[in-house]
Amino acid sequence: MSEIHSNWQLALQLAIEAEAIQVDSSVANNLTQWTIAADDWLRFAAIAQQHHLRWAAGWAEQGANTFLVNACFAHQEGYLWLCTELNAAKPALPSQATIYPAASRSERHTQDMFGIHFIDHPDPRKWTRHCAWQRHEYPLRKEFPIQGTPEAITPPNMDYQFVKARGAGVYEIPVGPIHAGIIEPGHFRFQAVGETILNLEERLAYVHKGIEKLAEGRTPDELVRLAARISGDSTVAHSWAACRAMEQAGGITIPERAAFVRGILCERERIANHLGDIGAICNDVGFAFAQMQFSRLREQWQRTSANVFGHRLLMDRIVPGGVSVDVSVENGTLLTQEINALRKALNELIPALDLNSSLEDRLFTSGYLSPSTATIYGVLGYVGRASGQDFDVRRDMPYAPYDQLSVNVAVEEQGDVASRVWIRVKEVFASLKLLAQMLSQLPEGELVTAWHKPEEYNEGLAMIEGWRGEIVTYVRFTSDNKISRFYTRDPSHFGFLALEKIVLNNIVPDFPVCNKSVNPSYSANDL
Amino acid sequence: MLRLFAKILKTGIVTETIKRPDASELETLGIEVKRQVDKYFSGSIAIRAVDAGSCNGCELEIHALNNPLYDVERYGIHFVASPRHADVLLVTGPVSRHMQTALLRTYEATPNPKWVIAVGDCAACGGEFGVSYASCGAVSNVIPVDLVIPGCPPTPETLVKGLLSLMNK
Repeated sequence: MSEIHSNWQLALQLAIEAEAIQVDSSVANNLTQWTIAADDWLRFAAIAQQHHLRWAAGWAEQGANTFLVNACFAHQEGYLWLCTELNAAKPALPSQATIYPAASRSERHTQDMFGIHFIDHPDPRKWTRHCAWQRHEYPLRKEFPIQGTPEAITPPNMDYQFVKARGAGVYEIPVGPIHAGIIEPGHFRFQAVGETILNLEERLAYVHKGIEKLAEGRTPDELVRLAARISGDSTVAHSWAACRAMEQAGGITIPERAAFVRGILCERERIANHLGDIGAICNDVGFAFAQMQFSRLREQWQRTSANVFGHRLLMDRIVPGGVSVDVSVENGTLLTQEINALRKALNELIPALDLNSSLEDRLFTSGYLSPSTATIYGVLGYVGRASGQDFDVRRDMPYAPYDQLSVNVAVEEQGDVASRVWIRVKEVFASLKLLAQMLSQLPEGELVTAWHKPEEYNEGLAMIEGWRGEIVTYVRFTSDNKISRFYTRDPSHFGFLALEKIVLNNIVPDFPVCNKSVNPSYSANDL
Repeated sequence: MLRLFAKILKTGIVTETIKRPDASELETLGIEVKRQVDKYFSGSIAIRAVDAGSCNGCELEIHALNNPLYDVERYGIHFVASPRHADVLLVTGPVSRHMQTALLRTYEATPNPKWVIAVGDCAACGGEFGVSYASCGAVSNVIPVDLVIPGCPPTPETLVKGLLSLMNK
């Protein structure tokens, strides 16, 4: 073994050697990649957990006569990429979900999509699979045609076994997949006594659109268009993550100016979403004043995005090798003026929210997520940071342009809805500061580096701090500049897990505000 | 409390005037009207929004219709919580196969006469997702569509104009 970079990896390596786990170590994409035997998959997870590693992502891939299974673990100081190879005849490996509950749905997804069996998985139910493809079919296997063989009308998934609660006065509330509002679809099953929620179980994958399968065979440009539509509110972050993964695979360095413009786009996306969410959370407890004011600010912000960058949500502005938009001198001035105007508006509005005792009464202590639960599920972004999870890719594993900026990360321990509002407020101010820095330091130069074909079968793994938190994206190329495998893990994966815990012991009518305070993306979760 | 009132007064009315689109403007916007709401509904329409598989981009812009700058309620356009209260289904996304039955049931639950608006490129033609093992593609592949508002996503202004074109005053 070689290539040990830091103390935490050294400690982990020693523990693994003591357990007699064989590791092949290499460096890929500036990340340490360890290949172990499939039989050691669970034992590795146990040791990783003792060393406080967070489970960050898991995905599989079909090789010639094998399946490759990957997991990404994170430490405060770096990532570890774990791989194993399975025989294609009967692919099976021990589940890590008993150690890392966050891996559970990811393994179920892999099981449904590849037919890889996870031995002793604590929850063997289907996940992404409803009734759109046959029992013996696995959509992400290469032999499965993208058109599939669907029935004229896909039947509903009726036989899913939800957890049952019994006892005097216990009742069940089924909600969804279509919800009462302008919201994405998914099913929630509540068990309640009186108004108190005893248990919540989510049944998702209703918006599964086959994104991973659609990505196969695409060119880099086509992949970014698809990635931009993984989640409409994270279009910048997902296109950036897809580009960064492809650029890693191709060994392409983007121009400095392009990195700064990407940063500006990403921070603008973060601010737009936070403004919308702060208003919507207040609206969910009947405080319409905040909704009107913040939706007004969001609208103005989006209009500037349209004026300067040509799209209200900033879709398709990031391209492989750089960006398709520039910030002219006049627009730079305009954007700077807008930063100051928004700061001023917020300085007027925030005290009005802060001093409102009825708002305080509804938001404080509602939807509590303890720091220890947040750690267990590896919760990220503003949800994690409101519950003591002090992690931000921009600060801890900085990529351009954040490696040249000072990134402030707000962290609280309070863990309730109020805290998730305040983290958003603080993040808006932090992003405004970053925007001001980027606009004043915007380097001269090109906007895009010419794309060149990556070497055959090259792979790339990239992390981007989107507005919801860390996005992990993986790509592998074929021999002719096409995508052979694309996978992305949106922070919503953890947001949904957190939501199931957040609502416990809250009243059913507070579910909307709890949900909005997390605001996970169904589309990015279901792929 | 005084702070709130002061802010409300200071903000004033920010709602903007939006003109009813004429035929040429509809064509420029790519809005395709197949059937208008008849005169009995010309005063108001109740909309049930259904996300049948969208990326949520269209939802963000539909949400914006209720912000004070567009304020669609002034046209008698309001969003309702149940298809049983709705005149119009506003459907976004390519219809994912997992949502196909849910969409069909929502359509059946909407009382006649009813109209369906396909919002966004995905709903109009399948968009980036098309037809696959997981997606039925365009909304019209699943239920009859009366109005198409394209865009990725359509801007709130396009949405308002599309909705107004449905109501023939």
